[in-house]
Amino acid sequence: MAFFRPLEPVSPQARILLGISFFVLFFALWALATLGGYVSKTFLADPLTMVQDGWQLLTKFGFAHDIAMTVWRVLGGFIVAGLIGVPIGILMGAYKPVEAFLEPFVSFARYLPASAFVPLLILWAGIGETQKLLVIFIGSFFQIILIISVSVANTRRDLVEAAYTLGSSNTGVVLRVLIPANAPDIAETLRLVLGWSWTYVIVAELIGSSSGIGHMIIESQALLATGQIIFGIIVIGIIGLISDLGFKLINRHYFSWRLA
Amino acid sequence: MKPDVILRIEGVSRIFPGVSGRQPVRALEQTDLTIGRNEFITILGPSGCGKSTLLRIVAGLDMPSTGRVVLDKKAITGPGPDRGMVFQSYTLFPWLNVAENIAFGLRERGIAKDQSNSIVSEYINKVGLRGFENHLPKQLSGGMQQRTAIARALANNPEILLLDEPFGALDNQTRGLMQELLLGIWESERKTVIFVTHDIEEAIFMATRVIVMTARPGKIKADIQIDLPYPRHYTVKTAPEFSALKARLTEEIRAEAVLAAQA
Repeated sequence: MAFFRPLEPVSPQARILLGISFFVLFFALWALATLGGYVSKTFLADPLTMVQDGWQLLTKFGFAHDIAMTVWRVLGGFIVAGLIGVPIGILMGAYKPVEAFLEPFVSFARYLPASAFVPLLILWAGIGETQKLLVIFIGSFFQIILIISVSVANTRRDLVEAAYTLGSSNTGVVLRVLIPANAPDIAETLRLVLGWSWTYVIVAELIGSSSGIGHMIIESQALLATGQIIFGIIVIGIIGLISDLGFKLINRHYFSWRLA
Repeated sequence: MKPDVILRIEGVSRIFPGVSGRQPVRALEQTDLTIGRNEFITILGPSGCGKSTLLRIVAGLDMPSTGRVVLDKKAITGPGPDRGMVFQSYTLFPWLNVAENIAFGLRERGIAKDQSNSIVSEYINKVGLRGFENHLPKQLSGGMQQRTAIARALANNPEILLLDEPFGALDNQTRGLMQELLLGIWESERKTVIFVTHDIEEAIFMATRVIVMTARPGKIKADIQIDLPYPRHYTVKTAPEFSALKARLTEEIRAEAVLAAQA
């Protein structure tokens, strides 16, 4: 049967149906555990309460503002990290002395957990927006540099050689071979790192913040409002999914040459 | 009449340093070769005989361990648009369409847009890709990709065209057609061509002169003038003179192939 044959593709309809059905299954199990009385309401709200709490958050407690704050922090920190990190990554991939100079430090810095910087950054930058942006920046900057430099360094050699025989200068090779050849990988890296940024922002907001999804979550914990916590988590998931989808659509549009 | 010399290979050898304690590899023995303007040279040899190394040195993509290559009285120090190169692997820029690929070198050299457009159009016609200007490389067959690569190299109007087994990955029929196409372009443009191949028939069919190389370390074993008249039609491949040349080259190459297989 085709279903059990390895690597056999599924039809688009079946793919969507299967994808949705797992969400349904997930919610069904959750509902069964909570509404069926197997798990105490104190620790885990049921889906209906969660939706109610969410609605209340949005209509009565101005949760939309928190969402907007969180989104702006992620995008702000991420865009700054990208604007500086992408060119450095490209230079590091293209020029071996730059790589030798920066790679050891960047590899080291990449393993410094962004969340561990939160207390330090509060000392340095207070609990304002700068601190939140810095957490995102530290969490994504070094990752962006390292992944992009590796993909640029692995550019097909024969394309570079072809460009030289066609009269390209060194700068020409960087601008018109290395960058376009790796543009899809760069976009893919940014998509990946943006996903990670969503976890850093919550950590930053859990401590010393007066707005944002993370702030709401920590407040709800004090009130044992698990429905609100879960709603907050799900909102992050949905935003992440949307940004991911956006990136995928952009990549598909601009980098169709890469697709088979 | 002696044609004027365009390229002089003087005492060129190439030794690749041994990696992690292994013996260095002598890819190419000291080689001298003089190539006249408008010649169509094919370099024939078994795999690993250093023929591609020699071509890459002429292209400036590899540096000789000894000796030098002089093009038009200028010693070669690196790659440049005066030597167009067509590679064995498909090296079209996958993000550019056919026309943009052919225009690549013109753009790199800062040729004005409308002049570039007319050159591109001319070469699209010459390689028979009219109607495919806007196709991406992934939409093209192997033969069409190599035709684009030839057009891309020629659009720069190089002094000399270098080809490194460009038809090696193509099926037999397509390969035959590509040989005729390249020969036709050479007959009309009279560019100097160096064409590396391991295919005897291919080597004879297009060349004014076949250089046979020995197994590793590579050096020149024979230098054979091919006096078949141009324009050559594919039917020449069945002519008796052609068969005689083929028999002779087969003998030369076979000894080397046996040596290479034993090495």
